[in-house]
Amino acid sequence: MNEIEVAQISCGSEYTGIQGEIESAAEQVGAKIIFPDIDLEEVGAAEAKFGIKVTSPDLKLMLARAISVVEGHTTADAVFIGTCFRCAEGALVRNEIRRYIHDKSGLPVISYSYTERTTADTLLTRMEALTTIAKRRSLLAREKQTGITAGIDSGSTTTKAVIMKDNEILGFGWVSSTDVLKSAEEAYSTALKESGIERDEIQAIGVTGYGRFILGKEFNADLVQEEITVNSKGAVYLADRQKGAATVIDVGGMDNKAISVQDGIPGIFTMGGICAGASGRFLEMTAKRLGVDITELGKLALAGKASNISMNSYCIVFGIQSLVNSLSKGARHEDVAAAACYSVAEQVFEQQLQEVEVREPVIMVGGTALIEGLPQAMRELLQVEVIVPPYAQLIGAVGSALLASGFIEE
Amino acid sequence: MANIFIYPSNSLILYDLVERFGHAPLAVMQEIKKRVTTVGIDSPPLNITPEDPKIGLKYAAVEVPAGVRGRMALLDPLLEAAEAAILVEDAPIGFGCMGCNRTSELVGFLIRAKHIPILELAYPTSDGMAEDFVYRISKFLDELGAGKEVKNE
Repeated sequence: MNEIEVAQISCGSEYTGIQGEIESAAEQVGAKIIFPDIDLEEVGAAEAKFGIKVTSPDLKLMLARAISVVEGHTTADAVFIGTCFRCAEGALVRNEIRRYIHDKSGLPVISYSYTERTTADTLLTRMEALTTIAKRRSLLAREKQTGITAGIDSGSTTTKAVIMKDNEILGFGWVSSTDVLKSAEEAYSTALKESGIERDEIQAIGVTGYGRFILGKEFNADLVQEEITVNSKGAVYLADRQKGAATVIDVGGMDNKAISVQDGIPGIFTMGGICAGASGRFLEMTAKRLGVDITELGKLALAGKASNISMNSYCIVFGIQSLVNSLSKGARHEDVAAAACYSVAEQVFEQQLQEVEVREPVIMVGGTALIEGLPQAMRELLQVEVIVPPYAQLIGAVGSALLASGFIEE
Repeated sequence: MANIFIYPSNSLILYDLVERFGHAPLAVMQEIKKRVTTVGIDSPPLNITPEDPKIGLKYAAVEVPAGVRGRMALLDPLLEAAEAAILVEDAPIGFGCMGCNRTSELVGFLIRAKHIPILELAYPTSDGMAEDFVYRISKFLDELGAGKEVKNE
């Protein structure tokens, strides 16, 4: 496939001063930003056609451009939708256009609300996922792992590696992330040792996570891939929900992902990295404050009641302060653990799940999914089935190993 | 000759009318020209950089969208230089627009707060209204030129 064309439908990017950053992120993943050409009459007619009234002319232009993409007047492989952060009217339009394009065109679509501080690096993972979905649909359709492959996920908090053979996980390594290369090597060596496989028997290797680029070079990886697509594949594979709709939620150490998936391919997704209060780090700090290991926090939470604790803030600092205050008033540790889990789930629900279509089943992945109180809190909030698949913490590594096996046959 | 702030700030019709009646129009095109011809700035298409929304903090706090503040940075020299203003409400996009209604609201407020002569007009929707539109602009600008005290409409 030639260069991927990403149609940009946005308001304010040129006045925010970050248009160059958007184009740079696209360029880094072999994509080109295009703008749907629109006649003035089409802008005037767009509101009635779309069915929403807006006051800002650039939002009317966004509607017209979205219609042009859906009706095929503009040819594009994927769509990037953007409006200014903190613009309520922009957020409304952004969400509706994203839904409209997803439902009516089937094109991969991402949306983002930017500030003047948005950089190409911030957008890179999203843009990479967008272009991968557009150009590697056949690879993403892979449902079985074949041959002997390895997957390494260099996360912000932990590094994971798996060895897979003929659709089975033979061994894995899971270590804290320190030096990117050293941690990866340690996890990989552990996985090899556990699986009884020699390094030279590995037929293909896939890498993902924050350190994927440096690992890709070091391990001469066949697949260097961002976490959105890899985690989606890993999640539906491990949950055995490869066909149909699903929603993948990954509460990570540094950022969270919420991905609406269809047949294992991401449709709408969001990545949140603004607030640490909604991350695994918050749960780590809570565990530390309660004097328990992070692996014990989940069970503690299941025995508690979140509503017994008054949480005044989602913030990692002030939220912890609320928990500390509760403890000083004699609150039960179980209730505090439950409140921390509920706080993270609620913040993910309020800030991220509003942006994707939550379709059952909800598959929770990542190391935090093993903190039982978190999926339980999500179940309570969403009132839907929440699955935590086996090896949920290895999702990125498993997804990488699965997709990497596509390179053996190539 | 007075510096006349026009809004929509990129309206070629308003620009032309102001110029024809012997005044200096203050339009956003002048500011964009300065940016795109300044050597060393590389932030296409308008050469607005991420520093501009920070300049816009002069007019709007950080919780105001960056796109509004970036626009305000562009309009800042025009607002500063304005000695009189012509504002046209509810104009169609083809007449000129800044793309963002929040910016329009803020600019309208700021220009009124300057207490300079202002002519506020509704966009004409008939030939008769269009004639009146041009007549009122010419009268406003003539009176400014003659040094008469102009009553805001």
